Amino acid sequence: MGKGVAITGMGIISAIGNNVAENFTSLTSNKIGISKISQIDTIHKDDIMVGEIGETNTQLEQRLDIAENQWSRTVLIGTVAAQEALAEAGISDINEVRTGFISGTTVGGMDKSEQYFYDYPENPSVRQHITGLHAGDSTNKIAKHLGLKESFVTTISTACSSSANTIMLGARMIQSGQLDRVIVGGTDSLSKFTINGFKTLMILSDTYNTPFDNDRKGLNLGEAAAYLVLESDAMVEKNKKNVLGYVKGYGNANDAFHQTASSENGDGAVLAMEKALQVAGMKPEDIDYINAHGTATPNNDLSEGRALIRVFDKKVPHFSSTKAFTGHTLAAAGAVEAVYSVLALQNDTIFPNLNFKTPMQEFGICPVTELKKKKLGTVLSNSFGFGGNCSTLIFSKEA
Amino acid sequence: MKKSVYINSVGSVSAQKTFDDGFLENIEQRSDTVLAVVAPNYKDYIPPAAARRMAKGIKMSTVSAKNAMQGAGVDENEIDAIIVGTGLGCIGDSEKFVSDIIDNNEQFLTPTRFIQSSHNTVAGQIALGIGCKGYNFTYVHSAVSFESAVLDAKMQLEQNEARTILVGGVDELVDHHVSTHRLIGHIKEEPVDTMSVLKSGTSGAVFSEGAHFFVLSNQKRTSCYAELMALKTFNTLSPGQLGDNVGNFLKEQGLTEKAIDLIVLGYNGDVEFDGYYDILAKGPFSETPQAYFKHLSGEFDTASGFGFWVANKILKHQRIPDPVKLNDLHRVTFETVLIYNQYRGENHSLMLLKKC
Repeated sequence: MGKGVAITGMGIISAIGNNVAENFTSLTSNKIGISKISQIDTIHKDDIMVGEIGETNTQLEQRLDIAENQWSRTVLIGTVAAQEALAEAGISDINEVRTGFISGTTVGGMDKSEQYFYDYPENPSVRQHITGLHAGDSTNKIAKHLGLKESFVTTISTACSSSANTIMLGARMIQSGQLDRVIVGGTDSLSKFTINGFKTLMILSDTYNTPFDNDRKGLNLGEAAAYLVLESDAMVEKNKKNVLGYVKGYGNANDAFHQTASSENGDGAVLAMEKALQVAGMKPEDIDYINAHGTATPNNDLSEGRALIRVFDKKVPHFSSTKAFTGHTLAAAGAVEAVYSVLALQNDTIFPNLNFKTPMQEFGICPVTELKKKKLGTVLSNSFGFGGNCSTLIFSKEA
Repeated sequence: MKKSVYINSVGSVSAQKTFDDGFLENIEQRSDTVLAVVAPNYKDYIPPAAARRMAKGIKMSTVSAKNAMQGAGVDENEIDAIIVGTGLGCIGDSEKFVSDIIDNNEQFLTPTRFIQSSHNTVAGQIALGIGCKGYNFTYVHSAVSFESAVLDAKMQLEQNEARTILVGGVDELVDHHVSTHRLIGHIKEEPVDTMSVLKSGTSGAVFSEGAHFFVLSNQKRTSCYAELMALKTFNTLSPGQLGDNVGNFLKEQGLTEKAIDLIVLGYNGDVEFDGYYDILAKGPFSETPQAYFKHLSGEFDTASGFGFWVANKILKHQRIPDPVKLNDLHRVTFETVLIYNQYRGENHSLMLLKKC
């Protein structure tokens, strides 16, 4: 049984708050972040709801002291979250030891690429966004702003499991002794690209998303950035670090069923959960709470629900999806929900799966719909993405 | 106990005719600022009906991956994991989807281009094609996308978390990407002859595309090309720090510069950034046989996949083809090869290979 990797800092910005404390307040007071879209001018604005971060680009630029229109919104929110994570971990000299940065994103700088797509030839003043189309460019910019030098920096893009996979890679790099500490997580801003893409797939809800409800109509897209600092035991010991929780298990598998849809019985999800349990050296009954992927699409919730029943047999632990609060934040979702999983552990609290009314006709399991106090030692978090990508993380209070 | 990691086979689709068993016997000599791949006959690998819907990146990768699996003699069900690096994914579809959004005012769109835009489309499609339910990752970090994929595979094989992994790098050359990168001077203004790239005296690079796949395993097969000893990437490196970092990298393997039989350098003929390679070529490795490759492959985010292919081929065949020779120095046997790459002064990588 492997020992967990310590989490020493977290940072987040989402539709329900600009930092960890605000997100926790929203999660425990049923304050949802879903609204009509205000910052992107799309013809779909009257028929979709989104989880939008309140601050405008200008406000974010001022907060970070960045010149106007140099960065994508993905980079702006990513920097805010990464800085909070580093501050909480008490890291002032980022280059002091072997520090890595692994970020997940799907859209990268797409918000600017789509805005200036035809303008580049005529307008030299927007050409700084040309290289922003590289997903890795957002990661590079954040790393540079954090002052990270001569270090391991990379980007993972596996659609909606991207940042869950950064946590997995980060934990493995700490465990294999390649890094002393690593900042992991992800960032994705809203864009016309993703709004229209999901629209063509006909999985966007025109109202508040309702995970695991029989009458669910689809997902609300969201935007967010979240990062966690993982550190080796030696670093924790040397600096007497306060440990927030541990990455105890992880697993990635492929559904190998369809490019965008999950298999009916959730084969990939089952494999990912089983691998994570194996890495953690745990049995299904050791899991106290599941933060489900629960996007509220007909396909995901059925597939994930069936996978939960297969893995946990008839004793599916308390579970909920927090996407009714935040919307589906794509590449950031895994890290957002990692932060929520750690908050759940720290506060012995299960966050409610809002907007749930009617149990699904296919099975009898129902999510936790009200804030619930419960002694939590372990939380399992799922993230699934296009390309059949299925990831599971297990967080624990004790190493 | 860490297990050794072997490169058991290679597969390549590039601006050279590399999809067959040859090793740069006949060079495609061109004079241009962009180079498309020498396309294999895709029908030999992919049913025509399926190929019509496929992005070029998926097609190139399918050929390259199939050749790699065949070369190693592994069955599809022996692949435990698929790890792909790509700077931009199927960027042709992404660009078309964006232009469709703008041109049609967000109406009349179809999902195919959006779906193929997902950066992990290639890794997902290969998994779907061979029914691989194992670990499936995609790295998208500019010039170290491919290296990140190889590093991940190396970690898993060393720890025996997987025994056989299909690892690759792929990028497409597409119009909008080319026209915008011309605007910012990343592409050369004037055409340059393939064998004169290093003498261009101009800034920018010759852009290209390609797909390179390899079967990595912790079990050596008779097809083995090389053993992967070490790999390290750096987000930044100042010219003054390069030599020391290379020295330290080799020292961690118990080696010195003198022990390297061949250094493969990512020169792309950009006078602004080729100086990094000069530091090594004219400094600690001036007495070492040297090779370069981007004059043949062109520059793209995963061009180091071509460099990795060249290094593996040299170790297996124990000869350096004339078109990649940077100097006339020779060794009787090539035991260890170091590959160094960077792009525009960022995302540096070192890969160390040993004869197997």
